[in-house]
Amino acid sequence: MRYSFLSILKNGLTGQSGWKPAWRDAAPKPSYDVIIVGGGGHGLATAYYLAKVHGIRNVAVIEKGTIGSGNAGRNTTIIRSNYLLPGNEPFYEWSMKLWEGLEQELNYNAMVSQRGVLNLYHSDAQRDAYARRGNAMRLAGVDSELLDREGVRAMYPFLDFDNARFPIQGGLLQRRGGTARHDAVVWGYARGADRLGVDIVQNCEVTGFLREGDAIVGVETTRGPIRAGKVGLAVAGSTSRVARQAGLRLPIESHVLQAFVSEGLKPLIDGVVTFGAGHFYISQSDKGGLVFGGDIDGYNSYAQRGNLPVIEDVCEGGMALMPRIGRLRLLRHWGGIMDMSMDGSPIIDATPVPGLYLNAGWCYGGFKATPASGWCFAHLLAKDEPHETAAAMRLDRFRTGHLIDEKGVGAQPNLH
Amino acid sequence: MRIPCPYCGARDAHEFAYLGDATVTRPDPAAPDAEDTFFDYVYLRDNPAGPHSEWWYHASGCRQWVRVARDTRTHAILGTELARKPAGDAA
Amino acid sequence: MSRLAKGGLVDRARALSFSFDGKRYSGLAGDTLASALLANDVKLVGRSFKYHRPRGIVSAGPEEPNALVELRAGARREPNTRATVVELHDGLIAASQNRWPSLGFDLLSVNGLVAPFLGAGFYYKTFMWPASFWEKLYEPVIRRAAGLGRAADGNDPDEYEKANAFCDVLVIGAGPAGLMAAREAARAGARVILADEDFLPGGRLNAESHTVGDEAGHAFAARLAAELASNPKVRIMTRTTVFGVYDGGTYGALERVSDHLAEPAPFAPRQRLWRIVAKRAVLAAGATERPIVFGGNDRPGVMAAGAVQAYANRFGVAAGKNLAVFANNDEAWRAAFDAAQAGIAVSAIVDVRETISPALTAEAERRDIRVIAGGQVIGTRGKTLSGIEVRHGGTTEALAIDTLAVSGGWSPNVHLTCHHGGKPIWNADIAAFVPGATPPGLSVAGAARGHFSLSGALRDGVQAGTAAASDLGFATATPEIPIADDAEPAIAAFWHVADSKGPAFVDPQNDVTAKDVGIAFKEGFRSVELLKRYTTLGMATDQGKTSNVTGLAIMAELTGAGISETGTTIFRPPYTPVAIGALAGHHRGKDFRPTRPTPTHEWAAEQGAVFVETGLWLRAQYFPRPGEADWLTTVNREVSAVRASVGLIDVSTFGKIDLQGPDVGAFLDRVYINGFSALAVGKARYGVMLREDGMVMDDGTTARLAPEHYVMTTTTANAAKVYQHLEFCLQVLWPELDVAIASVSEQWAQIALAGPRSRDVLARVVDDSVDVSNEALPYMGAIIGTVMGGIPARLFRLSFSGELGYEIAVPARHGETLARALMAAGAEFGITPYGTEALGVMRIEKGHVSGNELSGQTTARDLGLGRMASTKKDYVGRTMAGRPGLTDPERPTFVGFKPVDGTSRLRAGAHFLKVGAPADTANDEGYMTSVCYSPTLQHWIGLGLLKRGPERIGERVRAYDPVRGGDIEVEVCAPGFVDPDGEKLRG
Repeated sequence: MRYSFLSILKNGLTGQSGWKPAWRDAAPKPSYDVIIVGGGGHGLATAYYLAKVHGIRNVAVIEKGTIGSGNAGRNTTIIRSNYLLPGNEPFYEWSMKLWEGLEQELNYNAMVSQRGVLNLYHSDAQRDAYARRGNAMRLAGVDSELLDREGVRAMYPFLDFDNARFPIQGGLLQRRGGTARHDAVVWGYARGADRLGVDIVQNCEVTGFLREGDAIVGVETTRGPIRAGKVGLAVAGSTSRVARQAGLRLPIESHVLQAFVSEGLKPLIDGVVTFGAGHFYISQSDKGGLVFGGDIDGYNSYAQRGNLPVIEDVCEGGMALMPRIGRLRLLRHWGGIMDMSMDGSPIIDATPVPGLYLNAGWCYGGFKATPASGWCFAHLLAKDEPHETAAAMRLDRFRTGHLIDEKGVGAQPNLH
Repeated sequence: MRIPCPYCGARDAHEFAYLGDATVTRPDPAAPDAEDTFFDYVYLRDNPAGPHSEWWYHASGCRQWVRVARDTRTHAILGTELARKPAGDAA
Repeated sequence: MSRLAKGGLVDRARALSFSFDGKRYSGLAGDTLASALLANDVKLVGRSFKYHRPRGIVSAGPEEPNALVELRAGARREPNTRATVVELHDGLIAASQNRWPSLGFDLLSVNGLVAPFLGAGFYYKTFMWPASFWEKLYEPVIRRAAGLGRAADGNDPDEYEKANAFCDVLVIGAGPAGLMAAREAARAGARVILADEDFLPGGRLNAESHTVGDEAGHAFAARLAAELASNPKVRIMTRTTVFGVYDGGTYGALERVSDHLAEPAPFAPRQRLWRIVAKRAVLAAGATERPIVFGGNDRPGVMAAGAVQAYANRFGVAAGKNLAVFANNDEAWRAAFDAAQAGIAVSAIVDVRETISPALTAEAERRDIRVIAGGQVIGTRGKTLSGIEVRHGGTTEALAIDTLAVSGGWSPNVHLTCHHGGKPIWNADIAAFVPGATPPGLSVAGAARGHFSLSGALRDGVQAGTAAASDLGFATATPEIPIADDAEPAIAAFWHVADSKGPAFVDPQNDVTAKDVGIAFKEGFRSVELLKRYTTLGMATDQGKTSNVTGLAIMAELTGAGISETGTTIFRPPYTPVAIGALAGHHRGKDFRPTRPTPTHEWAAEQGAVFVETGLWLRAQYFPRPGEADWLTTVNREVSAVRASVGLIDVSTFGKIDLQGPDVGAFLDRVYINGFSALAVGKARYGVMLREDGMVMDDGTTARLAPEHYVMTTTTANAAKVYQHLEFCLQVLWPELDVAIASVSEQWAQIALAGPRSRDVLARVVDDSVDVSNEALPYMGAIIGTVMGGIPARLFRLSFSGELGYEIAVPARHGETLARALMAAGAEFGITPYGTEALGVMRIEKGHVSGNELSGQTTARDLGLGRMASTKKDYVGRTMAGRPGLTDPERPTFVGFKPVDGTSRLRAGAHFLKVGAPADTANDEGYMTSVCYSPTLQHWIGLGLLKRGPERIGERVRAYDPVRGGDIEVEVCAPGFVDPDGEKLRG
């Protein structure tokens, strides 16, 4: 069923009786060309592009719960491609380009909204660091602007310019950055993949791998064994747990990142703003809620919840930046489990185990990567070679020292 | 989260700085395979869902490194001990 | 007026004036805004989110989905405030929200006309063509229409506090179960905190008409609360909502200290965030009444039965003049009887059940209330409710009423039990989800556990309080359980009237209808999480307190799966919304983070310093003098003065670490890439330390003051990090080393003296016993002595500027005295205070690396420090620094730069490109790390990292800075623009 103004009209007139399931709740077949483990945004996008770009349609996405119930549904919905390092920037820009055409591609309104991402700076050194990054973006053909204090004031006059502990000096702006409706991205890819023949198998947890010699030839699941030519993992948050079943030990720790939403308000904040003197970033959803977050809690965790110190720290950042939100109320906070890699950047690579491919280590930045992650993982699975924009995201880079460390904090995941 | 510091008693976790896995041991730098063993030590983690032995530093307290056993699924603290036993505490 | 002639727990002697939408009204002390509005016959109070439908007050508690107002005005405006929990104060101002131009006539209510087309998820299926219209047209319209209230007009003028509390037993909720739990725990000797969100303890005891023993319920509650308040081990916290359960028995609670006042008293906070650490907690949060979903169920005048009862019993307010009840359970009958008792005409009780307890029907008969058993309400009419249509026995019948009291049963307030991931369990007997696994230390009592009768709640509370105390080792006596006059109420699960007339709202705030649940079912969004996300059911400000169970029950009917298998969504914290300001406390404005002034701060301020934030420190950035045109003029003067004569700067912000013990030398050898064990006593050495991954962590000088005593300096930024690292190395890696370390950054003030006359100045402040001649204190010398007549001091001959220089450390309290003494001693040489800018200029002129180069992404070799690395010993980071990626000769390496035209300004952050190469990532060869205008050389100079930099001295490259419009050619040169051979240092 194609979605259009007409389909809305028709169903409106017929009492909303004509809608069909957006995707089939498939039962697993005995065998597939490719199995993607993980029905989040990345896994579903991978399946979609495998079918769409590479014509590989005998594909299953295996999800232990319901699709989109992991980090795809627990993030703060920001999309941007304002990265510094050449190992990252082309990849995220490719993702941004895919975002820009996604809704028409999928016939699904994911509310991709390019209202700008503004990173504030508060010192000369921070300004120069953002200039370095903004220049790197320009070299990669990506839009970036370095605003001074007045430039920021023109966009967000209600920030605390006058009484701040760390006065705002300016900001790095990517106008093409913004937000997208996270759940809709999942549903859009699911529907798109389903229409191309992909099986989306929910409530099907991987419990082990089928082996022939060294090679992996399928998965054991709670719904029985399923064979596959190749198995791709896209289970951020659970990567170590699943990979361990294949005997892999990875440069990844699982950490909890909290996210926050306020009660709904009339429009206050147009784009995305990040505070440079504390851990705080904020945007406002189309529904009116302020969506905000800050730093990870900082300890290994598989519990999807965090603690008060970080909640307080985030709100302190919010009040330091925009003291008029003091009387607005936090409506809900929750936690997601992040695959924190040892250099803060992701991994899209084959593993040393034949037949097993890895898409992992997204830290707290996986949502914006969804389209390119799917695209590049599909490319790797289809062609057994990395996509050009993801060529640096190798698993062996920690061994060789070709790290992609944007923040320069080294092998301590909770600092990235 | 409250961590019972062996010196200071139960304190909120925000007094501590977290480092990570306490099961890995700095390898022998003189061994011929030091590059491999150091790679393991610096980068690879079990990252278990369940009991985890980990280093916390009581930065706002006694400045001791504390080995904490904690369940990563529930955040329950299962035990704590000092990294370096006080002198005369060898028994 | 609908104020009843008598009754209620309001103070009829204290009238309070308030306004709603600009119109003045009068209420009573003890009212909520909602009860006062009802007392004034205000029925229409808000508009819904999507269709802008007129809405009235539904509940009498925190679950309120409809009656949301903007409370107060201007910078104190609080949007989305539930009128049902706002304590009335004199002069209160409230306004309706999400309507234009007025509450009575809202243009966007046209959305209701096209509602048939705006079903669940319609926006995912349209607004896609053309793509560019989304940001330009569709989204701005949607954003303007969405949202509810408006944020405040200005910065929040009120203060917030944070506080900690510790107790044995925290009791959450001061209703019957909570009061009993607190009493029993306190009797056993436990330290108890009893917290309740309401301003009046008692919970439903105040809303219902039960008796306990021979005492009215509300009187029993008041007596018990008073008894507890007189116990020094008990702290009763009213107006305090426990909103979240965190780890280790930590509970988040919000105390509304001043919200019942027009504005906070002087020096009093508006609200206080409590972190309560409790060994045990008893959740006695009661239950929330659910609606039954039917067509037209959102009309103002359709209310929760228990709310009608609360308004009559507690507030002395008739919610209407002519009432009917629509229910599936016994509790609602009591509400009807209480309303009748209060003098409200009750036309009928419509119960979906065919069979009703004879006791209830007899009581209805006695009160002359018509009973329609097996009946269903299938429609409503009126702008505010003027009548309902009831179907029973195959016929339909219209009833003219102005208030419909609805009850679909009660849902235990299990919210806090879910905060650690516990999943509530369906109990079909009582048609409710009861707590599943609870957070450690938390038990549940009373209605929150499904004991809906008062007698059950009292008994359960006693048991929970006793159990909590005895769990903690307190001796408990045989408890006394008060007797109440009721039994567990009967219920027949019933969720919605399927074939009723008009939209039937499940989540009235978000305008989610039963039909929307049907759309979600048809489209496959059937799991509770997908249902919630697709339809927005339960995502409004009430977080589905009244709608979640009904919504999933309707879905369960559609799937045929049953409620137990369908499950419920997990409630996340906070229980009710919490002001962001309260969570931030006083950490805002200048107090966002602590400010660390240096020991010479006062002196520097006197000297006219402009200060700059350096981490938490405030440092003097430069010292402008009258007539100086700009900061650059000032900095140039400061630099020139140092290079010509002498200047001073406070460098106390550097980290300072004392190391003592027989193994310090060996220890330093392991943490620095270069050796320190062979350093002579009385000498200092520059050192570089790596992280274990091989990247540079920090640099600084370390001096050996005695055979077993060293003192290390770190960069300002890394002081804490390095100290922590050293403790890790000592305690975890090499506990066998006999070394003790202490951070002494705060204990020592340190002032750098630089310039050719610095020795002359130093000689005048040291005591006679101290020889600072070139022989006694040579370059990189470090001695202990006294200054200014016996003040202990450490004297280091170090230089960051490239000039003859010293650093003098004295106990911090003498830092300012030292600065003044140096100024006096240097007066004849024109001694000049200089700031961090001049310091930076001189270090760039000298070619030293600093924070910009120590980015955590650089190796020692990248920074031109590779030759310092010892090959004869192991040290932290050595092995990993040998990886191919870190030793690649193509890596950008540290060099200097100057503008080819001799005049252009350089900018840090510019990238280097080969001259003539296209500006793209492939040709990116590095970047400029630090720049300054050199008054010594009279042009801009820079430092940076360039691919194979040291091999390219003399080559020209492009410094490309498009974000600031810069694109110039620069010449690569060796770092070290001034005195590259270091002759000045040693003179």
